[in-house]
Amino acid sequence: MTDIATRGTRVVATTGGRSRHNGGGPRAGTIIAFLIPFFLPFVLFYLVPIAYAIGQSFLVVRRTGGQYGTSYTTFGGFDQYVQVFQNTEFWNSIGRIGLFGIVQVPVMLFVALIMALLLDTPLLKLKAFFRIAAFMPYAVPGVIAAIMWSFLYSPQLSPVVDVLKAIGLQPDFLGPGAVLWSAANVSTWLWTGYNMLIMFSALQAIPQELYEAAKLDGASNWAIAWKIKVPIIAPSIILTTVFSIIGTLQLYGEPAVLRQISSNISSTFTPNMLAYAVASGNNYQQAAAISVVIAVVTFVLSFGFMRLTSKRAGL
Amino acid sequence: MSNQTPIRESRVSRTAVMALMFLLAIYFLLPIYFLIVAATKPQGDLASTFGLAFSHFDLFKNLGTLFSRSDGIFGRWALNSVIYAVLGAAVGTLISALCGYALAKFKFRGREFLFSVILGGVLVPTTALALPLFLLFSATGIVNTYLAVFLPSIVSPFGVYLARIFTAAAVPEEILESARLDGAGEFRTFFSVALKLLTPSLVTIFLFQFVGIWNNFFLPMVMLQKESLFPITLGLYEWNGQTARVSLLQESVITGALISIVPVIIVFILLQRFWRTGLASGSIK
Repeated sequence: MTDIATRGTRVVATTGGRSRHNGGGPRAGTIIAFLIPFFLPFVLFYLVPIAYAIGQSFLVVRRTGGQYGTSYTTFGGFDQYVQVFQNTEFWNSIGRIGLFGIVQVPVMLFVALIMALLLDTPLLKLKAFFRIAAFMPYAVPGVIAAIMWSFLYSPQLSPVVDVLKAIGLQPDFLGPGAVLWSAANVSTWLWTGYNMLIMFSALQAIPQELYEAAKLDGASNWAIAWKIKVPIIAPSIILTTVFSIIGTLQLYGEPAVLRQISSNISSTFTPNMLAYAVASGNNYQQAAAISVVIAVVTFVLSFGFMRLTSKRAGL
Repeated sequence: MSNQTPIRESRVSRTAVMALMFLLAIYFLLPIYFLIVAATKPQGDLASTFGLAFSHFDLFKNLGTLFSRSDGIFGRWALNSVIYAVLGAAVGTLISALCGYALAKFKFRGREFLFSVILGGVLVPTTALALPLFLLFSATGIVNTYLAVFLPSIVSPFGVYLARIFTAAAVPEEILESARLDGAGEFRTFFSVALKLLTPSLVTIFLFQFVGIWNNFFLPMVMLQKESLFPITLGLYEWNGQTARVSLLQESVITGALISIVPVIIVFILLQRFWRTGLASGSIK
């Protein structure tokens, strides 16, 4: 099994593309002319802001002579980071988003995987319809999706609440305990189909002959799915997990919309909302430190996850 | 297309699978169906009638209200979204294609290093860039202009990654060699030979970037104060926060939300195959 998987990755590695026999190749100036239209904005709008944020995060604003003195900015070492880690709001937001991610990401990816596997079996009819239905939410901007769902959560407007009440339930989607999961549902709704299609495309790329032998041995569809298909598409599952981790740590728009209708979402509900709230209070250095911490956590988690799983899967 | 197996699946499992998929399809389509129904109702019926059943058909009146509200600001937002997304994705696709092509076809020192920097860029949370960008842009006076949203939007490391693997797969070395032997320069070769072979891939890259910009919310929120520069997402977000104070605004938020997703859904369904190539190549990494 690992053999097949490694072969899959090796094929891609060789398509990485290198030109042999092109007699010296184009001049350096030409190569630069091809690269510069992307790299100039990439440096200006990606790398410079990263460097700037890191630089800012090591500055502090101090005042001379008490509260009415003039303020000046100076090097503060890790002061801003110490403040971040001493901030209970920061840990609360991390805790919320951690809980959110630990539950929402596996649930979403599990549903996506089941759908992809079912779309890949002969058991199912109307495949095109199911595929489009699942992928459609990807066309909806996150903020708009949150607005749509907030109508479905609203006690006044929601047909879902009406139905649940009719069967004797008292749902409160915006209550203090539930609102985190209502936000998680918006993310699940938005991204399940996208992740499903990534996995489904990987399944479609598996040559059918691989299953023939297993079938001759009398393996059930179930066994083929879990013992052959899932291990082969492991790289896609890892990729979708990494994208989901990155997305979760960046959450802003969806909870911000729910905040408009629920008092149970604070202005510092997610780390990103906290960074924005701090920046709005003109404490840019502190906001920069929070942004850097979020980015570092994202990197560590996504790289860590890739290392861990690729070793385990022997990729 | 798939396996005609001799293994007979029981009718029960077939039915169970279909039922499960139908439930999931309902879950995915329900909010969109609700939005369509709600957009046809007068504001008064939103709370007083069942959300999934049509009542008065007031869609055209609602559209009229939507587009005339605050001197037609919604039309402006829609136009802004189109400008940011279409122009941004077009420029972004071109520069990604140039860069990905060069990374795939030219040999030079530091190539793999540049490519890993770009791959690292794929993992950078873009919201973490928005605040420092705001500070840099306010220092240069770009803040609160079209450029403040447009310029960062053209950069798509994922687009370069796609362009590189698509070029490696779709542009054979021999064709480039013969163009060069005919005396074509590298740019001529790229624009007259490679671009044609790459067209389907470029559509894929364009679509991903288009949706990314169309859906973007955090960057415009940080950069823009002037309402006339807002994209739809930011405009509707602002309106949604005022529904309690402004009468009939809720109905406009609903109708506006519907208007903002319909064009993209249509483009999606028409261009399905491009999505699948993109997602497939994303998954082989």
